Amino acid sequence: MITAQTDTGSLTNQDAIYDRPFIINFEKARTAIGGYLEANTNYFVEDGVTEGFSMEMRRFNIFIFSPINRRINFISELEFEHGTEEIALEMALIDVRVSDGLNLRGGIILPQIGLVNANHDSPKWNFVERPLSSTHIIPTTLSEVGFGIHGKFFSDSRILSYDAYVVNGLQESIILNEEGRTFLQQGKSEEMFEEDNNGVPMMNVKFSLSNRKSTEVGVSYYGGIYNTYRIEGAKVEDPRSMHLTAIDFTTESKKIQLKGEVTYLMIDVPSNLVEIYGEQQYGGFIEVSYTLFEEKEGSILSALTPYTTIPSINLDLRVERVDFNLGTFKSTQTAIRDEINSITGGLSIRPDAANTVFRFNYTYQFIIDNLGNPAVRNAGIQMGFATYF
Amino acid sequence: MPKNYPARMNKKLMVLLLICSGIILFSCKKLFPPEPPGNEVLAAPMEGLTKAQLASHAAGDELFAKIYTQSEGLGPIFIQSSCEGCHVGDGKGHPFTMVTRFARLTQGTIDYMEDLGGPQVQNRALSGYVPEGVHESADFVSQRLAPLLTGLGFLAAVHDSTIINMALKMGKVNWVEPPDYFVPTADHISVAGRFVGRFGKKAKEIRIFDQVVFALKEDIGITSDFDLEDPFNHLVGNNTGDNVADPEVGKDVINNLVFYLRTLKAPERRNIDDPDVIAGEKLFADLGCINCHKPTLKTAKSDIAVLSEVEFHPFTDLLIHDMGDDLDDGFPEGSATGSEWRTPPLWGLGLAKDVQGGERYLLHDGSASTIDEVLKVHGGEAMSASAAFFSLSEEDHDKVITFLNSL
Repeated sequence: MITAQTDTGSLTNQDAIYDRPFIINFEKARTAIGGYLEANTNYFVEDGVTEGFSMEMRRFNIFIFSPINRRINFISELEFEHGTEEIALEMALIDVRVSDGLNLRGGIILPQIGLVNANHDSPKWNFVERPLSSTHIIPTTLSEVGFGIHGKFFSDSRILSYDAYVVNGLQESIILNEEGRTFLQQGKSEEMFEEDNNGVPMMNVKFSLSNRKSTEVGVSYYGGIYNTYRIEGAKVEDPRSMHLTAIDFTTESKKIQLKGEVTYLMIDVPSNLVEIYGEQQYGGFIEVSYTLFEEKEGSILSALTPYTTIPSINLDLRVERVDFNLGTFKSTQTAIRDEINSITGGLSIRPDAANTVFRFNYTYQFIIDNLGNPAVRNAGIQMGFATYF
Repeated sequence: MPKNYPARMNKKLMVLLLICSGIILFSCKKLFPPEPPGNEVLAAPMEGLTKAQLASHAAGDELFAKIYTQSEGLGPIFIQSSCEGCHVGDGKGHPFTMVTRFARLTQGTIDYMEDLGGPQVQNRALSGYVPEGVHESADFVSQRLAPLLTGLGFLAAVHDSTIINMALKMGKVNWVEPPDYFVPTADHISVAGRFVGRFGKKAKEIRIFDQVVFALKEDIGITSDFDLEDPFNHLVGNNTGDNVADPEVGKDVINNLVFYLRTLKAPERRNIDDPDVIAGEKLFADLGCINCHKPTLKTAKSDIAVLSEVEFHPFTDLLIHDMGDDLDDGFPEGSATGSEWRTPPLWGLGLAKDVQGGERYLLHDGSASTIDEVLKVHGGEAMSASAAFFSLSEEDHDKVITFLNSL
C-alpha cells in the first residue's frame, strides 16, 4: 500500500502522482486536499521585436486524495490554467492494490509516456517551461479515460516498474489542425472523455528500471488508431495509426541532477498531406542542475528566506530540440526542416526542499521553418515560482 | 523554525541583488536577438503608415498567417491551409506549393475544364475526400510558383493609363474580363467590357482584391461573399463541400487581407554604392533589359498617403510580353497567350534564397536556379537582350549578376 512515503529510495517516476507533500497517512485523515500554484513573468524578443513584459498565472491545480481502504486509493487533479481560461479534470482515478506487482487502475489517468506527462507538477522542475519534446511531441499533459494495471518488482538493488493501459486515445485533429503540422496536442478533445472516436482503444505501456537510489531509466509507448475511419458502422476511409515511443532517464549525485528524454513519433498520414503533416517527428532534451550552495546559517543567501531553511540553490541548464517533420520534399528532394533548437540557462532556489521553487530562466531559441529559411531567433527571460500547498 | 539574521545580511543581499540587476540591464541588448537590417527581410509594413493603418496591417497580417482547419472551412480539397503556407515571408513560393493549372481546346476555344477539376488542381484533401490531379483530357498544363508579395501596394497604385501608355512602345496590356462582383472605379479604364490586368503570372487579375478571392478559394478552399462554392473533386461524386456554412469568410476578411498586401513595404536594395552594382545597373540598361523591366514607375493618387504619387523601383512594366517557345505553356489567360507572360518585378530577387529554403527557384515554375538559366530561356521579345547578355565579357556578366542580386 502506498501511503505517506518516508523511504524515498523506493519511489520511482511511476509514483509521481502520490509523491506529493499533501498526501498524508490515511490513518490520520480520510481525505486530503492539496495542490500547487505556478506563476511567472515573461519577456521575450523575437528578431528584435517584443510584445513587452507580461505576467502569467500559469496554473492552479487542486489535488484530492482519499485512501478508501487499505487496498483502494482515490486521487484526482483539477487544473485551472491561466485563471479560469481553461479548467480541466486532469486526473480522477482509483488504484486497487492486489499486490506490489499488480495494481488495477481506472478512471481519468495520466498515461505513462516520457518523463513529464505523469510527473508534470511544476514544483518538481527547475525550469519555468516544460521541455519542448514533452509538450510539442508528447502532448503533455495528456489525460485519458482508461483502465489498466501497474506494479513493481523489487530486488535488493533494483526496482522494475511497469504500467499498461488501454485508453480512448488521441483523435484525428493530430493532422489538419490549426498548427499546420502534425501535432499530437491538437489530437486532444473533450470527446475523448466520453467515447472513442473509432472504437479501437489506444495502448500505453511503460517499463522503468531504478537502482533504488537515484537513477531510473524508462521506456514507454503510446499509440493506436487515431482517425474516425467508420461512421455509423460504414468504413469511410482506411484506419490510420500513430506510434509514439520515448526513452527517459533521471540520475543524480550529491551535487548534480541529470534528466533527459528522447521521443519519436511515427504516424500514418494520407500521402497527399505528408509534406505538410509529417509522418515522423522526434524531440529530446537533456537538463542538468548543479547545486551551488548548501545551507550555512548566517549566509547571505539564507537571508532570502529568513524563516525557513535553504536546502538548495541550483544552476540549471537545458538543451533541447524538436523536429516536426523528418520527411523530404518530393519536388526538390530536400529535407523538410520545421524544427526548434533551444538552450535555457537558469537559477533555481529551493527554500523548502522539493515543495517550493523560485526560478530565473534565460532561453535562446532558433526556430527554423519547413523550408529551412534563416532561423527566427527568439530569446527571453522568465522569472517565476511554483509551490505545493 | 524561524531564524533571525542580522540586518547586515539583508544589506548584503540587497547589494547582491542590485549588482545582479545592473548586470542584466547592462547586458540586455546583448541578451536578445537584434532586428535584422530592413534590407535583408521582405516581410514588413511600409514606412510612414499612420497608427490606424498599422493596426489594420497587423490585423491583416494575422489573417494572412491564419491556418484554416476543417471546421473553419478548409477544403475539402486544397493546396495549402494558410496564405503564408505558400507565401513564406511574403516572398516567392517553393516548389512544394506549386500550383498546377490545366485547360484544353474545344472547337478552337479555350476550355478551363471546370467540370473536370480545372482550372487549378487542388492536390490535397481533408479526410474522407479525394484530392485532384490533372485530367487526362487536358491539352495544356501550367505550373506556377506563388509570387512575391512585397511591394504589391505600389503596383496596385499605378494608374491604368500609365500601363496602357507603356504598351505603346513594347508589350501589351492583358485586357481581362472582370469577375461578376467587380465594380469599376473612376480610375479603371475598360475596352469592350475588359479591364487592365496586372497581377498574376500572366496579369489575369485586375485588383489585389480579385487575386485574394481567387486564392482563398482555389488554394485554401475558403469561400467568401464573392465566391460561394467550395472546390470539390468533380470526378469522385461526393460534391458536398466541406459541410461548413458558406461564405466561410466575409468581406471584412478579404478587405483586411487586401489592406495587408497593399501596405507591405517594397523590397529594399543592398550594396547600392558597390561599384560593381553601379556598373551592373548601367549594363542592365544598355542591354535593353529595362525596356520591359522598367526600373521606375510612379503611383497615382492613393487613399494611403505614403502610396500616393510616389516613384518606386519594381523593375517591371506590368505588361505581358511574348517570351518565345521555351516559355510557352499553351495556357492562355485573358488576352495573354501561352508564350506571353507579365514582366515579373525583379525587386527582392537578391533575397529569394532567404524565403525559398536557401535555394533559388526562379521563373514562373521554379525551373531555373540561376539568373543565367533564366536568361537562356528568354526568347521572343527578350531574345535580343538575352543574346546581348551572353555576349558580355565574364567581368561584365558578373557585374550584371551582382546588380541583380542587389535588388
